[in-house]
Amino acid sequence: MTPEVTVGVLALQGDVREHMQRLRELSVTAVAVTSPQQLGDINGLVLPGGESTTMSILARREGFLDPLREYRSAGGPCFGSCAGLIMLADELIDGRPDQQTIGGLSISVRRNAFGRQVDSFETIVEMPALGPDPYPAVFIRAPWVETVAENVEILAINDKTGAIIAVRQESVLAVSFHPELTDDLRLHRYFVDIITEQM
Amino acid sequence: MVSESSRSPESVGTSRVKRGMAEMLKGGVIMDVVDAEQAKIAEDAGAVAVMALERVPADIRAEGGVARMSDPTMIGEIIDSVTIPVMAKARIGHFVEAQILQSLGVDFIDESEVLTPADNAHHIDKQPFTVPFVCGATNLGEALRRINEGAAMIRSKGEAGTGDVSNAVTHMRRILGEIRRVSAMSPDELYATAKELQAPYDLVVEVAQSGRLPVVLFTAGGIATPADAALMMQMGADGVFVGSGIFKSGNPVRRAEAIVQATRHYQDADTLAKVSSDLGEAMVGINVADLPVHHRLEDRGW
Repeated sequence: MTPEVTVGVLALQGDVREHMQRLRELSVTAVAVTSPQQLGDINGLVLPGGESTTMSILARREGFLDPLREYRSAGGPCFGSCAGLIMLADELIDGRPDQQTIGGLSISVRRNAFGRQVDSFETIVEMPALGPDPYPAVFIRAPWVETVAENVEILAINDKTGAIIAVRQESVLAVSFHPELTDDLRLHRYFVDIITEQM
Repeated sequence: MVSESSRSPESVGTSRVKRGMAEMLKGGVIMDVVDAEQAKIAEDAGAVAVMALERVPADIRAEGGVARMSDPTMIGEIIDSVTIPVMAKARIGHFVEAQILQSLGVDFIDESEVLTPADNAHHIDKQPFTVPFVCGATNLGEALRRINEGAAMIRSKGEAGTGDVSNAVTHMRRILGEIRRVSAMSPDELYATAKELQAPYDLVVEVAQSGRLPVVLFTAGGIATPADAALMMQMGADGVFVGSGIFKSGNPVRRAEAIVQATRHYQDADTLAKVSSDLGEAMVGINVADLPVHHRLEDRGW
């Protein structure tokens, strides 16, 4: 891999440790981003799983939202999983009315679209962008992508519901599920490739 | 159109789905609430989940009597009032209360020593449930027995409803100390250690190799101030349960937010000083040492 790549994981709350672990398995330098100043020192940013309501409240309270939006509008690569997908969506359905996102992905996302925790599930999904083998996907109180703009590439669909569960728009990658909870590194590698293409 | 037979299989309630849910709560505060209004205060403060119950532990302690699962109507109202996950408590061993809570759609069940145990020998068999469980533990063996029964999250027990953090400290130190001890052992010592801990050998080996529990480890029982929360985080907790400490204090709104901030910035003394200021009165509290032995909750659970 490319050792000079440094990827930050937004560490407001959530499964930061798992994302850092997966990145390190790819020999990438992974750092926990706990203050907005660190956004200047990274080549890519992971927005982990967690509680999106909480992340949004903490980001706003700590003045993180604007620096994150600036990072994104300057073309900074982002990879969101579950709550991270919500944080990256331009529009949110079924969240708290005052829930703010970073935005940057021209999509609308429905929060908890797959249901509460008792409905959470794991399955495999076809993702041609990662090769012919299906990808193991863990859905936890998961959102789905309801609508996408024309310039958003759809990477995967849940075959039971027909819902969009993985998208890419330029250097922003986002999925409904939790690639950090499995040992299949292909999605993290795909994100690192997005970063290196841009460097 | 995709035909039924060609669809990918979907599995609910797997160990990965249940443990994964607990991973999403890391770095967060889970707050006890008794109604929708408190639940909203908790959510606004940045709580990562709420625990719906009729009486906070301090009141259960004061009023005595048998403490049971809360009224489903009240749990339903709390579920409807917030977007964050909602947990609820079942009595130790009371698998029917757990079935009811799962049917209500709660996101996590706390099989809790705060309620009066329903079974004095057995805990709930948590494996068959699709909803994940959190259980209390005072030592590594107890934690591993609960994980073996299917718990997806462990919390150190502490002593709920006291506002005295000392037992939380004792239990967290004991669990983490025993993990360090097991991690330093040679493989042939783990057989006897499993027997000594009264824990399944395979789980003891897993802990020895990874240096941590196979599930998330939160802390609970007596956390009343931002400094208490940061203390437990510095000690190695993945997150914090706060029961009576918030809504039994002088200014719940400020204290709730301060404990969230302290849990997030637990290593930053300047922030801790700032968020600890002007919070109003903390809950009055009871010294654990003054509690009669039969009133101590830590001994409930087997």
